[in-house]
Amino acid sequence: MTTVIENNQKNDRLEVGTPLLEVKDLHVEFHTRDGIAKAVNGVNYSVAAGETLAVLGESGSGKSVTAQTIMGILDMPPGKVTQGQILFRGQDMLTMGNEERRKIRGQKIAMIFQDALSALNPVLSVGYQLGEMFRVHQGASKKEAKEKAIELMDRVRIPAARQRVNDYPHQFSGGMRQRIMIAMALSLQPDLIIADEPTTALDVTVQAQVMDLLAELQAEYNMGLILITHDLGVVADVADKIAVMYAGRIVETAPVHELYANPAHPYTKGLLRSIPRLDQKGQELYAIKGLPPNLLKVPAGCAFNPRCDVATDLCRTEIPALHHVTDKDGKELTGRRSACHLWKETLHG
Amino acid sequence: MGRFVARRLLQMIPVFLGTTALIFFMVHLLPGDPLAALWGDKAPDPVQLAALKHQQGLDQPLLQQYLSYMGNLLTGDFGTSLDGRPVLDKITDALPVTVRLALFAFAIEIVVGIAIGLFSGLRRGKLFDKGTLVLTLLLIAIPVPVLGFVVQTVFGQNLKWVTPTVQDSNDITQLVLPAVVLGSLSLAYVARLTRTSIAENIKADYVRTAVAKGLPRRKVIGTHLLRNSMIPVVTYLGTDLGNLMAGAIVTEGIFNVQGVGHALYQAINMKEGATVSGFVAFLVLVYLAAGLIVDLLYAVLDPRIRYA
Repeated sequence: MTTVIENNQKNDRLEVGTPLLEVKDLHVEFHTRDGIAKAVNGVNYSVAAGETLAVLGESGSGKSVTAQTIMGILDMPPGKVTQGQILFRGQDMLTMGNEERRKIRGQKIAMIFQDALSALNPVLSVGYQLGEMFRVHQGASKKEAKEKAIELMDRVRIPAARQRVNDYPHQFSGGMRQRIMIAMALSLQPDLIIADEPTTALDVTVQAQVMDLLAELQAEYNMGLILITHDLGVVADVADKIAVMYAGRIVETAPVHELYANPAHPYTKGLLRSIPRLDQKGQELYAIKGLPPNLLKVPAGCAFNPRCDVATDLCRTEIPALHHVTDKDGKELTGRRSACHLWKETLHG
Repeated sequence: MGRFVARRLLQMIPVFLGTTALIFFMVHLLPGDPLAALWGDKAPDPVQLAALKHQQGLDQPLLQQYLSYMGNLLTGDFGTSLDGRPVLDKITDALPVTVRLALFAFAIEIVVGIAIGLFSGLRRGKLFDKGTLVLTLLLIAIPVPVLGFVVQTVFGQNLKWVTPTVQDSNDITQLVLPAVVLGSLSLAYVARLTRTSIAENIKADYVRTAVAKGLPRRKVIGTHLLRNSMIPVVTYLGTDLGNLMAGAIVTEGIFNVQGVGHALYQAINMKEGATVSGFVAFLVLVYLAAGLIVDLLYAVLDPRIRYA
């Protein structure tokens, strides 16, 4: 059986490693009744073809807002992009016209949402919702679209796809629904997939299956993947590099294994310590004290300072830059950055 | 599904019996004697009156009268009015006029109401939306008779666009004005319901998904937003079809439309039990049927609804 994706093989597919998306100094604000909430404050990251970037952070850290801004689905107002660029294949998407932007959505950049039950339309069959991609973007007929929907459902391993194509989202299990979301995002074989907490709403065994499927398909089609999550466990196996966000800023970036082995920011360190581990059975689980900051009044200096064990006076007054990180011999570690005044102590300490 | 319909049809039987019984006895509670009224201001001749009463069966106990009325009803005999015409004839004369008027009003409220609701829901908080809120509130606040007379005076007498009253009840073009008046109240409700529903659903995750899929705005709204937003509106529309038939009574009076309302009004004035009961029985049937159709429509709109 030939799959939809092979049939659609694009000739402009990028080589692995070509820069695909670059977010440059992005600032996003929300104008609310209580004041201006600065949700994203100068975020920079990039993803190359075939690469997986995990964006890690608590709720309110700005990770989802950044993704929504890339996708162009941020509610504006109240949201507002005040500064920055989002370059997709070198073109700034923020200055594009609506129609040009729309054609990128779904075809070039696709998104997988957290809760597939609410993200799928409850009153339309999954076959219709999958087929819609082909009908709108490729002018496929109803019949062709349905056939392609069945192929897609087969591709993400939904059993008895042909019998189930006319079923509605509520008739599927949580894992199957998320597979349908993945199928929808993959349908036009985009260059980049943004997965916003794709497994948070699933139970643990299904989480692993869905992540494996996503990673497998990504490798097969050389797609870039931005994986947004607060779950460090999900990230470890699939991501190439990690960006940790806190209060609208990136506080640390690193290749995935280096970050796990040796974090360079106290916040990352805290996150890693709060993962339950088998060898600490019976001991109290560590938790980062305090709460994430209210975005309407972010603390002066480093936003993490009130919750940080090692904060100094400098941390309370001056916002740390995203420093390049070096090893003990002063050699720069590629891809590693930390927005901590005390990164040296944290890393080598 | 089949069982659901069967059960609903069976449920209609007690409802139908109950409402007809209520109406039958209520008509008898009206003060005055319809037969004595035939003599006008003069005192009725007791012998003739008694003879008439016996002929109409009105000298029997009330329960007996009711049972024989219901017995006849089941064989399709709606009885005879005091002027000697079969009640069924009156119904078949008047009903098409009222159905036409009500459906006309229904069409207006659906098309105009949903369109206004959609646009204000999409532009929540903007000028158009605020205008809609004020205007619909006004429509809801103004009693239908007042609105009817105002419209009649302005368009019929001052502007002379139409005749103030309907000359030929079978001419659909003459029914435009009554239909607008009849539908106006429901139109306001439909517009508000649609607006709220749209404004709420536009923030729904599946609408965001539709945008993220790169669908054109027209498709996002038409396919994904509107259909989900119609569920509460359809609920309202279902009960409203019956209300329109009843509301037609007032509107028909204002515009002199020879429909059910007109006939029913006259029958109530004359205290003709058989005619009133017959008409109301018919209206009850229409109301029940409309309710059933709406319940079935739900499943078309929302596949999550299952009938058991």
